[in-house]
Amino acid sequence: MEFLEVKNVEKVFKDEKRGTSVKALENINFSIKENEFVCLLGGSGCGKSTLLNMIAGFEKPTAGEILVNRKKIEGMGADRGMVFQAPTLMPWLTVSKNISFYLKLQGMSRKKQKEEAQKYIDMVGLTGFENHYPHELSGGMNQRVGIARALLQNPSLILMDEPFAALDPFTKTDMQEELARIWQEHKRTIIFVTHSVEEALILGTKIIVLSNRPGRVNKIIDLDMSRPRDTTSPIFNQYKREILDLIVKNKNTSERKTPIHQVI
Amino acid sequence: MKLKQTIASFSTKLVVPLSIIVIWELFSRLGFVSSALLPAPTKILVSLGDWITGSTGAAEVHSGQWLNDAASSAWRVIAGYSLAVVTAVTIGIIIGWSKFAEKLLEPTIQILRPIPPVAWIPLAIIWFGIANRPAIFLVFLASFFPILVNTIHGVRTIDKNLVRAGGMMGANQWHLLRYVILPAALPSIFSGMRIGVGSAWMLTVTAEMIAVKSGLGYVLWDAYYFLRYDLVIASMVSIGLLGFSTDFILKKIIAAVLPWQRGVSIESTQS
Repeated sequence: MEFLEVKNVEKVFKDEKRGTSVKALENINFSIKENEFVCLLGGSGCGKSTLLNMIAGFEKPTAGEILVNRKKIEGMGADRGMVFQAPTLMPWLTVSKNISFYLKLQGMSRKKQKEEAQKYIDMVGLTGFENHYPHELSGGMNQRVGIARALLQNPSLILMDEPFAALDPFTKTDMQEELARIWQEHKRTIIFVTHSVEEALILGTKIIVLSNRPGRVNKIIDLDMSRPRDTTSPIFNQYKREILDLIVKNKNTSERKTPIHQVI
Repeated sequence: MKLKQTIASFSTKLVVPLSIIVIWELFSRLGFVSSALLPAPTKILVSLGDWITGSTGAAEVHSGQWLNDAASSAWRVIAGYSLAVVTAVTIGIIIGWSKFAEKLLEPTIQILRPIPPVAWIPLAIIWFGIANRPAIFLVFLASFFPILVNTIHGVRTIDKNLVRAGGMMGANQWHLLRYVILPAALPSIFSGMRIGVGSAWMLTVTAEMIAVKSGLGYVLWDAYYFLRYDLVIASMVSIGLLGFSTDFILKKIIAAVLPWQRGVSIESTQS
């Protein structure tokens, strides 16, 4: 059964001040099954974050529709969890309270909130930092809090918008391994936006490669590799070459295209 | 070690005021300036002492009345200021949150805002008579606008993704206002409140000089009529100390309410 369906989605941004419009996404079609780890891969400006924002309900498609469990997405909702590129934690709340924010909105008792938060604090390896404020933690630790926050909500779908892009390479590798581990232990459906081919290959069960301007689905690749992924294995590099070839080909064709700004 | 540091930091703070007082005393005593025009600090201290305790009669009719006068002024500040905080924060959040409210209210507010609160004195007297009420009204006006402007700014500059994060955790409009927007805007609201409390004292004293027959501002003006410049300065000192104390209390409240802001300032690592 299809869990998430993206049907004929198109997104046009109108700039009324300048009287121009930009087509960010065109004719996007794909579907995702439950418990898949899908990476949306594309260069900057290909509309991958826009697509994620529409799945989150921050923005509406200009045409087409997005269905989760056969229900059309009309706005934000706790059935989907979001992990932002910047951790986007409430700076006035401690780690524990940030993670249990969802439960507070549900009206759960403070004691229950704390207990529940603790499980996820332990899961992402932040034991001992329960009562720290976000500004007292490093970027990587804050991003762990953001992930724990989304996991606690137990959403049917977790959306991640380049969550590790701002981290240094060491922390990034750690976080990728950890996320892969968490996903293996507690199966969830995840859509993960990234511009890094390697990251997509380390994490995903499926990669959706987007092409540039306007964003289109270039190719959908199902990955058949064992975990943990070995970045030096022949199969890893075979996939990598395949994707890099796609990107180069796409670049050559798109350079001949008409300019992206069109006068309305 | 800690005590030593505290003493050192305290004495640094005292160097400038103490030197000014010593030089002033010498000027006055040695007759560089007529002591009628610039009374010596010691003389002011005697008058202030009598004004507070009523022991020597140096403050004449005001002898022993300080607590009453200070309380009258403080009451006006507290009443007008509290009114301003409640209304300005509420209206500020609504304007910052809703485009419609912004269009509806902001032009009126921006026209009223540049009018100095003291310009309202005639109308305040006509509307509210000569007593507490015109003073409270003026204090309200003076503190309302800085709090309002800072609240609006605080709400508008919230990271949009924080609101989105709240929405993705199932927050409704009320949740967003109460648990995301209000706490996120609090630092701005508090800086508006600190500016506002200064204006509140300014306007209380001004109102008391003109429209009210009690309070520190009234004593100041009354003493001026009777050429008691020592009492004039004693009033100024009292106002300064009370203004300082209210700001100090406010700062303590802010530090207690915003524990997450502690350590955000640039020099925080030094202490």
